[in-house]
Amino acid sequence: MPAFELFQPASVNDALGVLNRHGADAWVMAGGMDTFDWLKDRIKKPKVVVDLAMVNELRGIKDAGGGLEIGATTTLTTIANDPMVKERFPLLATAALIVASPQIRNVGTLGGNVSQDARCWYYRAGWPCYRAGGNICYADTPTSINREHAIFNADRCVAVNPSDTAPALVALDAQFVIKNGDRERVVPAEEFFIGPGIDITKLTSLQPGDLLTAIRIPATWAGKGHYFEKVRDRQVWDFALVNIAASMNVSGSTIGDARMVVNGVAATPYRLNAVEAFIKGKARDKATADQAADIAVQGAVPLQHNAYKIPLMKALVKRAIRGDAEWTS
Amino acid sequence: MDLLTTARSPWGESIFTHISWSLFWASLVGGLLFLLAHGGYMLFSQHRKRPSEEVDRMERERAGLPALITRHGFVARAFHWVMAFAMLTLLLTAFLPIIGVRFAWVQWHWMAGVLLTASVLFHIFHATFVLDFWSIWVGPKDIPEFKAEMLREMGKEDVPGPRSGKYPLGNRLYHLAVMVAGLVVIATGILMMWRVRTGVVERNPYMLSDPAWGLTYVGHGLMGVGFVGLVIAHIYFALRPEKLWITKAMIFGTISRRNYLEYHDPDRWAAEGSRKPSSPVA
Repeated sequence: MPAFELFQPASVNDALGVLNRHGADAWVMAGGMDTFDWLKDRIKKPKVVVDLAMVNELRGIKDAGGGLEIGATTTLTTIANDPMVKERFPLLATAALIVASPQIRNVGTLGGNVSQDARCWYYRAGWPCYRAGGNICYADTPTSINREHAIFNADRCVAVNPSDTAPALVALDAQFVIKNGDRERVVPAEEFFIGPGIDITKLTSLQPGDLLTAIRIPATWAGKGHYFEKVRDRQVWDFALVNIAASMNVSGSTIGDARMVVNGVAATPYRLNAVEAFIKGKARDKATADQAADIAVQGAVPLQHNAYKIPLMKALVKRAIRGDAEWTS
Repeated sequence: MDLLTTARSPWGESIFTHISWSLFWASLVGGLLFLLAHGGYMLFSQHRKRPSEEVDRMERERAGLPALITRHGFVARAFHWVMAFAMLTLLLTAFLPIIGVRFAWVQWHWMAGVLLTASVLFHIFHATFVLDFWSIWVGPKDIPEFKAEMLREMGKEDVPGPRSGKYPLGNRLYHLAVMVAGLVVIATGILMMWRVRTGVVERNPYMLSDPAWGLTYVGHGLMGVGFVGLVIAHIYFALRPEKLWITKAMIFGTISRRNYLEYHDPDRWAAEGSRKPSSPVA
C-alpha cells in the first residue's frame, strides 16, 4: 500500500480534530471494506487515514422514542441480529443480513456501507473517468461492458450506488447525523446521497472534515409492512444488480402511505415517488402491482448491456407491492 | 501548482483532462483587481470627449442632425441581451458549483450554450449582411486613433488625431477578445455535446481521440474562465458614469446628438444628417 499517516483517535472529538486539520487530505476508515480495495490497488493515495475502530461512542444501537439511533460504526452483523432492529425495522435487519459475506458483515459498518464508493470497474481500475476527475465515462461508450450500470438519472457518469442498506434507510425516512468541527447537521437520507449532476466525483454529500456519527430512524415506520429483496448474480458475497426496499401502511387489503426505494439503478437510491402516489388507497393485489410496475420504470434509459434491469425492476416492484415473496439469500 | 490537470489514458498516453479551478479564482480576482485599478486611475484621468466649445460649433455646423441618433437597432439590441442572458447563465451554471453551490448544472449549461450558439450565428449573419461589418473590427487603420487616444489620456490638449467611429477603440478590442474566446468556447462546447446526453445529438464519446478530447476540455475551460474576467470588465464599464450613455443606447437604441458629437468622429460614423453642409448655418 502507498504510505500514509495513520491516526487512531479514541473519541469523536479527537477524530473531528484530525479531520479538520487535514481536510481533503484525510480519508475516513470505518471497517475498511471499501478503503483497502482502493489503497491496495494504489488507486487512491490519501496522505492521512483516520481509523475509527477505537471510537467506541460511534458504536451501538439505542432506542429513540420508538425509533432507533444507530452509531455509524455499528457492524452490519450487529444490526442484523439486534432484537430492536428486527422487531421494529425488519427491513433494515434484512438488508444488513444480506450484504456481502458473513466475514465482511462482521467488520463492515452501517456508516461504511452507506458511504462506500461506486463499484464501476472502469472507475475502480483507476481509469481517468469523470468520477475520477477526468472527462469521459468509459462505461457509457458503444463498446462498454455496462451490465451493472444505471438506467435512471445518468448524467455523464453511469455508475450506480451499490449499497443494500441505503435504500432501506431511505424507505425508513432515516436521518444522518454529520459532525464537522463544532457543527452538527442532520440530513435526510434522501439528501445524503447525491447524483453525478450535483457532484460527479462523489456518491454522498459528505465534505472534507465531515464525520457521519449516527443514523436516526424515526418511529414512523416501526412495525409497519416492510419488504426487502436483493437480486444478484450469485447468492453470496455480491453486490445487488437491483434491490428494493419498501415500507408500507396496509389496512386490511388497502395500501396507505408507502415509501418504495430501488437501488442499483441510479447513482442514488431511486425513490419511486410516482408509484407511492399511485398505490395509496389502492387494493394490495395483482392489478395494482402490475400497474405500479409499469409506472416504476417510466423514464428508464438502458445502456447496451443492462436493459434486463427494466423487467427485473418491474418484477421486484410487483413482488414488493404484493408482499408475496421474501428476500433470497 | 498545476494549471492544467493531466491523466494517463487506458492506452498509456499522458493526456490533458481539465484546467485547474485555481485559474477560475485567478480570473475572478484578476477581473476585480482590474476594476479597482481602473476605478482608481479614472479618478485622476482626463476626460476624453471634445471640448464643449468645439461641440457647440459642430452642432451649429450639423443642424440637420436629429436630437436622438440611432446607435443600435432593435435586432442588434435583442441579440445583445439574449447573448448576455445566455452568457451569464453559462457562467453561473459553470462556476457556482465550483464555489460550493451544488445543483444539477449540466442541462442548464448546455441549453444556454445552444442559445448562445444560435444567437452568435444570427449575429454573424446580421453583422455581415445588415450592419456595417467593419465598424467593429480593429486593424492597422486604428493606429492613429490609438496614438491620439493615448495622448488625450495623458492630458494633452488639442490632439489632432481622429475620434472614434461608431465604436470606441476599447470597445472594439473588447469585441475582438470576446469573439476569440466566444468562438473557442462555442466550438469546443459543440464538440462536448457529443459527450453528454442532450437529445440533440447522438452521444459518441469516441468521436475524438483522448488527447484531442483533452485539448477540447482545456480550451473550453481556459476560455470559460477567461470570460469571468471579461464579463466583470464589461459590466464594470457598462456601469461607469461616463459610459452610461452607451449602456442606455443598448437599452433604448439611441444616443443624444451631443454625445454623438462629443465622442465620435462624424466622418468615421456618419449618422443620418451628420454630413457637414457646404455652407455653415448660423
